[in-house]
Amino acid sequence: MLDLSKYQSIGAALKDSLEEFSREVCLIESDRDREKDRLTYRAFKERAHPLAKALQDAGFQASDRAAIIMSNQSKWLISAYAIFYSGGVLVPLDYKLAPDEQWQLIKHSSVSVLVTEYPIWRQLAASSNASATNLQTILVTEAPPNVELFGAKRWEEFRSDSEPAFLSRQRGDVATIVYSSGTGGHPKGCMMTHENYLEQCIPFPDLYPLWPGATYLSILPTNHAIDFMLGFFYPFVNGATVVHLRTLRPEYVRAAFPKYKITYVTLVPLVLKSLQKGLQTRFEALPPGRRKLFSFLVKLNKALTRYRPNVGLSRLLLKQVHEAFGGRLRAIIVGGAFTEPQVLQFFYDLGIPVANAYGLTEACTGITVNDLRPFRADTVGKPLSGMEVRIVNPDSDGIGEVSVRGKTVMSGYLNEPELTAETIVNGWLMTGDLGRFDSAGHLQLFGRKKNMIVTEEGKNIYPEDIEAAFEGLPVKEFCVFAANYIWPKRSMVGEQLLLVLHLEQGQSLSDELRGDISTRNSRLLNYRRVHGIVLFDEDFPRTASLKIKRNILAEHVAQKDRASAILSL
Amino acid sequence: MRTIDQTTQEVLSLASKHFHVPPDSLAPDDDFFKKLGINSLQALELLSRLENYFGIELPDYEVQGVSDFRTLASRIQSRL
Repeated sequence: MLDLSKYQSIGAALKDSLEEFSREVCLIESDRDREKDRLTYRAFKERAHPLAKALQDAGFQASDRAAIIMSNQSKWLISAYAIFYSGGVLVPLDYKLAPDEQWQLIKHSSVSVLVTEYPIWRQLAASSNASATNLQTILVTEAPPNVELFGAKRWEEFRSDSEPAFLSRQRGDVATIVYSSGTGGHPKGCMMTHENYLEQCIPFPDLYPLWPGATYLSILPTNHAIDFMLGFFYPFVNGATVVHLRTLRPEYVRAAFPKYKITYVTLVPLVLKSLQKGLQTRFEALPPGRRKLFSFLVKLNKALTRYRPNVGLSRLLLKQVHEAFGGRLRAIIVGGAFTEPQVLQFFYDLGIPVANAYGLTEACTGITVNDLRPFRADTVGKPLSGMEVRIVNPDSDGIGEVSVRGKTVMSGYLNEPELTAETIVNGWLMTGDLGRFDSAGHLQLFGRKKNMIVTEEGKNIYPEDIEAAFEGLPVKEFCVFAANYIWPKRSMVGEQLLLVLHLEQGQSLSDELRGDISTRNSRLLNYRRVHGIVLFDEDFPRTASLKIKRNILAEHVAQKDRASAILSL
Repeated sequence: MRTIDQTTQEVLSLASKHFHVPPDSLAPDDDFFKKLGINSLQALELLSRLENYFGIELPDYEVQGVSDFRTLASRIQSRL
């Protein structure tokens, strides 16, 4: 890996990587069973520099902001590099958000450049227009010939042949603005510095080394903090290869492992469980004799790797399983959401190390990670070197709020000084998660203090963000909560959102009202929907400016019995 | 050439087979996430089956945000 302590910025480190590893393959892009693109680091540079120059010619300057809204593909990374090369601030946005939510974040971040895919731009242009924003340059990829571009330019044609100027940045400068959530009242745009990323990478090689020829399968969206680090910056500064899939259909994800001899992948629990299900189905279909032999080999592997993984040995013992994963898989990194221990144990018993990790966008990517010495399914591992982690106000069981200090903690939320002051207290990032350290120094998580949920897909959902879907509901007032915020549970799985309703006097929860709620709910993406209704027959406590006092309301609602209070939709 | 109604019925029939539910339990305007209790990965599996059946390719972005059978059928119809 490049010695990142010598660098001031992401752009400078990437620039040297493209020279250092020029002949290595940096990107493979696959669509179903077709390989669409394969780029060396030199070819990557040859595509990025004309784009950087064209951006600069169009007036893009150091510290200007540029958003990317794209699925995982080579043009995402090429555009990001061109932005960093030009000294810009990258704003990666979630391509799965609804157009109005994307517009809101485009406005909030004041980007002057937008890079997106044509189908996404078509929807954006249909829902609003760019005139109310700071946008000056809009680039769309893969637009079919002769279509209306609604003021955008074609990414493929937006290039200038002379060499761009490299605009350097300092470590403390903002490199990215990453929205950890928030299309509601207070979008949480985490301002991440160049130092955050450079420092985050430093402990990784001891745990999960990469090298030229190693392959990283990029499945999580690159706008997500985890994939930006593990599916872009970290592999690139090691000269490794990133594999992008244009579709995440489970059959193509499975096929990518043997096809590209994947070394590492990061998965969210939902995908890991899907893989587990597929494997279990195959094991159950084995003839009785082979199944017995297989079970014996799994037990033997489990005994022999009790204290630390031995991937070489496991590949010999359980050859077919490992061949299905390409035969070179070193570890599956699991993050984005809490993973049930039995799922992790299932893979570890097969000799596939699963590194359970814990992190927040606000802390760049990772805070703790399981070092597999030995494997622990019941914890999220130990703090990464350079991270200070402490438990604030622990109860009699040692459980309190996890707080973090280190060089990877963001500089703050964009345009939200009060929210920043509440979140970073005396240099400590208050995570809102509840945990404790065990005697071996491993962090165990037990729930949340904050009003939000994280889905198995690794999506942070803040109740405030989905309340707009219920605006105009014919009730006296309503509020959305995370169920565990009202009735705390020492668990981080199966989290759900609830719609608390205060009906008008004499009003009942009629079929018509239920239907209205269901219709509105179904317009939300499936992982953002509320799961139940709670009726509350008092006026909501409010501030002088009529904002709901959520914490007090939650305390009042909590007086009800959880099981009987939650009505199904 | 199939009509949109035929395509919708075929989508419903394939979904009922794929998720082992009675064919008459599904309706065009049903929200398949809610009705079938499936997650986004299971929805993608259904999509692959539909692609094979209709002999088309549906990019993931075409079905982004789609959650009812009728809209899904219309996206398929536009590519037939």
